[in-house]
Amino acid sequence: MSRTFSIGGIHPHDHKISVNASIEDFPLMDMAYISVSQHLGAPAEPVVAKGDTVKVGQLIAKASGFISANIHSSVSGTVTAVEPMPDISGNLIPHIVIKVEGDVWDESIDRSPKIVKEIKASSKEIIDIIAKSGIVGLGGAAFPTHIKLSPPPGKKAEYLLINGAECEPYLTSDYRVMLEYPEQMLIGTKIMMMALGVEKAYIGIEENKPKALKLLKKIASKSYKEIKVVSLKKRYPQGGEKQLIDAIIHRQVPSMGLPIDVGVVVQNVGTALAVYEAVQKNKPLFDGIVTVTGGCMTEQRNFRLRVGTNFERIMYAIGGFPKDAVKLISGGPMMGKAISRMDAATVKSTSALLLLTDEETRRGEEGNCIRCAKCVEACPMGLEPYLLNRLARAGRIDDLETNLIQDCIECGCCFYSCPSNIPLLDTIRLAKGQVLRIIRSRPKK
Amino acid sequence: MKKLLVSPAPHIHGKDSTQGLMRDVIIALSPSLLVSIYFFGFSAIKLAFVGAITCLLVEFAIQKYIIKGKVTVNDYSAALTGLLLALNLPPNSPSWLVFIGAIVAIGVAKMSFGGIGQNLFNPALVGRVFLLVSFPVIMTDWTTPVSWFREGIDATSGATALSIVKEGLSKGMTMDQIFEANNFSYAEMLFSKIGGSVGEVSALALLVGLVYLLIRRVIRPHIPLSIIGSVMVLSGIFWIIDPTHNPDPIFTILTGGLLIGSIFMATDYVTSPMSTKGMIIFGVGIGVITVLIRNFGAYPEGISFAILIMNATVPLLNNFYKPKRFGKEVKNG
Repeated sequence: MSRTFSIGGIHPHDHKISVNASIEDFPLMDMAYISVSQHLGAPAEPVVAKGDTVKVGQLIAKASGFISANIHSSVSGTVTAVEPMPDISGNLIPHIVIKVEGDVWDESIDRSPKIVKEIKASSKEIIDIIAKSGIVGLGGAAFPTHIKLSPPPGKKAEYLLINGAECEPYLTSDYRVMLEYPEQMLIGTKIMMMALGVEKAYIGIEENKPKALKLLKKIASKSYKEIKVVSLKKRYPQGGEKQLIDAIIHRQVPSMGLPIDVGVVVQNVGTALAVYEAVQKNKPLFDGIVTVTGGCMTEQRNFRLRVGTNFERIMYAIGGFPKDAVKLISGGPMMGKAISRMDAATVKSTSALLLLTDEETRRGEEGNCIRCAKCVEACPMGLEPYLLNRLARAGRIDDLETNLIQDCIECGCCFYSCPSNIPLLDTIRLAKGQVLRIIRSRPKK
Repeated sequence: MKKLLVSPAPHIHGKDSTQGLMRDVIIALSPSLLVSIYFFGFSAIKLAFVGAITCLLVEFAIQKYIIKGKVTVNDYSAALTGLLLALNLPPNSPSWLVFIGAIVAIGVAKMSFGGIGQNLFNPALVGRVFLLVSFPVIMTDWTTPVSWFREGIDATSGATALSIVKEGLSKGMTMDQIFEANNFSYAEMLFSKIGGSVGEVSALALLVGLVYLLIRRVIRPHIPLSIIGSVMVLSGIFWIIDPTHNPDPIFTILTGGLLIGSIFMATDYVTSPMSTKGMIIFGVGIGVITVLIRNFGAYPEGISFAILIMNATVPLLNNFYKPKRFGKEVKNG
C-alpha cells in the first residue's frame, strides 16, 4: 500500500518527458559566474580577488555568520572580477567571475568512479566536512545542510527522511540520481544518519517512478537494512517537508514548527548524493543534476551542470531558445521561479530549467469567487485560501494571523484549482510576508 | 533579444473554469430534462427555454445598462438558474410565470447582491418561492400536459403524492389506504412520476445527474448525503412511532422535490458552506427542517424553505466550522 499525506493536494499531469534522458556532463563553459548568496542565510564572503588563479573545488567564498555556507569554484581559471551581478530575479548580488582555463581539479578530490562504502568519519567529523564542503538542501530552499544535521539542544532526531517524491511536474533530476547513483545516495543517507545518530531512515518515492522504487528497494534490502524505501501515491505537494513527514510516518509538524519538533530531519535525494561525494570523495558542492525540459523542446536533457553556468550558455547547448517558449523557469511549474534575465547563472540548488509556451502558462481572466471551495479542498495545510485572499485584499492583518496565513507553504494548489483564475497565492504570499514580519518583531516570551 | 515572461509561481493552472463547472451541472440536469420532455412534451421545452433565456437577458441587461460593468452571461450560471427554476415549476405552468420567476431570481436574488458569487440565497429557489407565495393556485396545479410521446393518455389533474398523503391523513385515512387508493408504487416513483414539478419526474434521472456530478468532481457528496440521510433518519423515527399516519422514509425521499433539492439546489456553490463540517451541518439542517415542515407545517413539501433558511446560516457556518488544519488534530509520537 502506498502512503500519502492526509489533507488536500492536487493531481496535476506529471509531464515527466525527460525521464529517459541519462545524466550527461554539461560541456565546460568559457566563463563562470558564481554567486556568493546561493543559500538561505548570510551571503558568503569572497576570499579570492581579481587576478587569482583557482582550481576546481577550491574555496572562493567563506561562510559568514551562523546560517551561511562555503562556496567553491566550479571551474579552474583566473578570477576576472568580484562584482555585483543580477541573479535570476534581477537582484544585484556579488558574483565571482572566473575565466575558464582548462579543467584542473584540486588534488584532494577523488575523481575515480569507485564507490567508497566504508564510512570512516565520526559523526562530528561528518558535520564538519559537510559544512566545509558548502552543502545546502537541494530540494529548493537551499538551507545549509550542516545546520539541519545539528539539531538545537533539547531536540532529538528519531528519523531521517529522504525526499525522493519529486512531485513537481516535469522534473526528473532526483529520479535520474536515484537511478544512476543509487548506492552513492544510500551511502550518503547512511552518513547523515550517523551524523544525526538516528537508527532508521525512510526514502519516500512516488509510484510514478517504479524503476527507482524497485532498484532502491533491492539495494537497500540487501546492504542497507536500516533504510526503508517507501512507495508514495502520486500527489502534489508530497515533496513538501511537512506533507512528506505526514505521508511517511503520520506525524504532523505543528503550526510555525519545524520537522525536528516531531523528531524528524528531511533531506533531499540530491543532497544525499552531495553528502556522499563530500564525505567519501572529498568533493565540495559545486555542481548538480539539472533537468532541462519543456513540451516545446525537441530534446529533453538531464545534465550534470557546474554552478555558475549562465542561462544563455545552457540555451546555446540545447540548440537555442525554442521559438514557442515564452517563460523560462528555474525549478518546477508549481513552485519554480520565472527567470527574468538570461545573463543570470545557475546556483547550487538549481534543479531544473523548464521552458513553457504561452498556451501552457497563460493565466485566464480573473472572475468573481464563486465559493466553490475547491481551494479549501486543495489546500494541504487545511487553510481557506479564498478567505485569506479576501482578508489580504482588505488588509486585515489580525484576521489573517488567526486564520493561520503563516502556515501557508506556497505550494500553489489553491491557484491551480481555482475555476475563476483568482491569483490566490499572489495575494496570500504578499500578506504572509507582512504577517510574518509582525510575528517575528514581537518580543520573545 | 527575446522577451521573457516573468510572473510568480505557480506557472500552470488546472483545467477547471467557472464556465466548465456550470456546464457540467447543466449536463447533469439533462437526463431529468429529457425525461420530463418525454412526459410533458412541449410544455417542458417551453418552460426550460423561457427560463434560461429570461435569466440570460435579465443578467445581460443589468450588467450592461445598470451596472455598466463586465458582462459575464457566458459563464452559463444564469442559464443554469433559469433551467433549475423551470424544472421546479408545475409542468402546466404558463410561460409568463417562469418569466416573472426568472426576473426575480436573477434581478432580485442574484444581481442586487452583486452578481455571481455574492448572493446569499439560491436564486432559483428565491424565484420559485416568490412564485409559490404570489401565485399559490397556479403553483399547486399539478395538471399534467399531454405529451407527443404519450398520446392517448388523458391529461390528469393529479395532486402531488405528498399533497395526496397530507389530504388523506387529514381525512383520517391511514397510509396503507392512501397508497391503495392512489396506486402508488416505488417503481413508478423511481422511473416515472406521481405528480410533481417538471424536473422531478424520475428519481433515477436525478440520481444519474448526481453520479455525473460526483465523477466529474463538480460537487462533493457531503451535502446531498447528509440531507437524504437526516431525512431518512428523522422520517424513519416518525414512521416507526406511527406507521399508519406517517409516510415511510423511502417514500419521503422519493417525493416532494427532495432529490432535486438536495442534488442541485442545496449544492449550489455560492450559497453552501466551504468546509466539510459546515457542509454536513448545513445538510442535516436542511433535512431536519424539511421533515418538520412536512409533518407539522402547512406546506406538503418544504425543502425549498429549508434550503433558503439554511442558506442564511452559511456565513455563520463558514465562520465557526473551519477545515481540518494541518498539525492541529493529530497526536504525534
